[in-house]
Amino acid sequence: MSATATVISPSNDIWGGGVEPLNASYGKLMMWFFLVSDAFTFSALLITYGLIRYSFPGYQGEVENFVFSVAHWPIPEKVFTHFPFLHGIELPLAFVGLMTFILIMSSVTMVLAVEAGHRNDKFAVQKWMLWTILGGVCFLGSQAWEWSIFIEGIDGWHANLKDNPYGPPAFADLFFFVTGFHGTHVLSGVVLNILIYYNTVMGVYERRGHYEMVEKVGLYWHFVDLVWVFVFTFFYLV
Amino acid sequence: MSSSQSTSLESVVISDQTPDSIAQRKTIWITFYILLAITAFEFVIAFVKGPAGLPKLLVITVFVTLTLVKAFYIVAEFMHLKHEAKGLIMSVVIPITFIIWLLVALLTEGGSMITRWFH
Repeated sequence: MSATATVISPSNDIWGGGVEPLNASYGKLMMWFFLVSDAFTFSALLITYGLIRYSFPGYQGEVENFVFSVAHWPIPEKVFTHFPFLHGIELPLAFVGLMTFILIMSSVTMVLAVEAGHRNDKFAVQKWMLWTILGGVCFLGSQAWEWSIFIEGIDGWHANLKDNPYGPPAFADLFFFVTGFHGTHVLSGVVLNILIYYNTVMGVYERRGHYEMVEKVGLYWHFVDLVWVFVFTFFYLV
Repeated sequence: MSSSQSTSLESVVISDQTPDSIAQRKTIWITFYILLAITAFEFVIAFVKGPAGLPKLLVITVFVTLTLVKAFYIVAEFMHLKHEAKGLIMSVVIPITFIIWLLVALLTEGGSMITRWFH
């Protein structure tokens, strides 16, 4: 290109200028900026929940006297009481607690995969990626179950976007939109994790000399966990 | 730490018993136990708030605070942001603070909609 260029960059992940701005590679930086924009999207959804939640009257009396009604917003611990294989026993929020645990655990296995990648330990990356994929699949299965119970409703009164047995229609709408949008992110995350696992097994990163791709997809996976922390609080706890 | 300096075609496997690796895994598990403990504590509050007659505002404040603490640990340790360049930290955190504006604006709006719809 030019006669003055004597040093050719030896690696393809050094930027054109030869220096990485903010000490982060192009891919990592762009992943961060994508996550910032995705955080805005999720904030918009959760804040919409807040807006609509506060535009309806809250339930006033004692918790044990609570009845489902379109006149007030339902109490989450009265809606989400089911647990697989324990039919008829009311276990408020226990299942969603388990889902939270699964997702946090899969975040741990992901960060262990990243750590193994720093050491170029292919076998350990494979092992932890498999655990992470398993955690993601378990979470998606749990969410499918949660949705089916929610849609089934109470005594043949099914929940849909127009009508539900728990409270104002907007309650079910927001449930489907917020947990659905998060679930879609988990699904994308599982697909990405499977790709990373496949590439690891095929030795793509071994040949490349580093496992930074595990780190980048790891960022996305932790973000999905982070969003769930907020969904858990604002949808199920408050 | 940085994974971008290696240029060789053969990657050298580093033992998982180096002080650096041991320390990193220790941090990961400590973060996990913090997240687990906070979540368990949130559950306890969710169940005692009714019988104990805790004020709603207090409960919400505690939940939101604990959620932000959890968010801090996930972003700082799992996503490693705490150890990135300061410029990167600021590029992520400063735009995020605008969410507070949206939150305050729309919750206020929700509060005024209730009076229009139901009174």
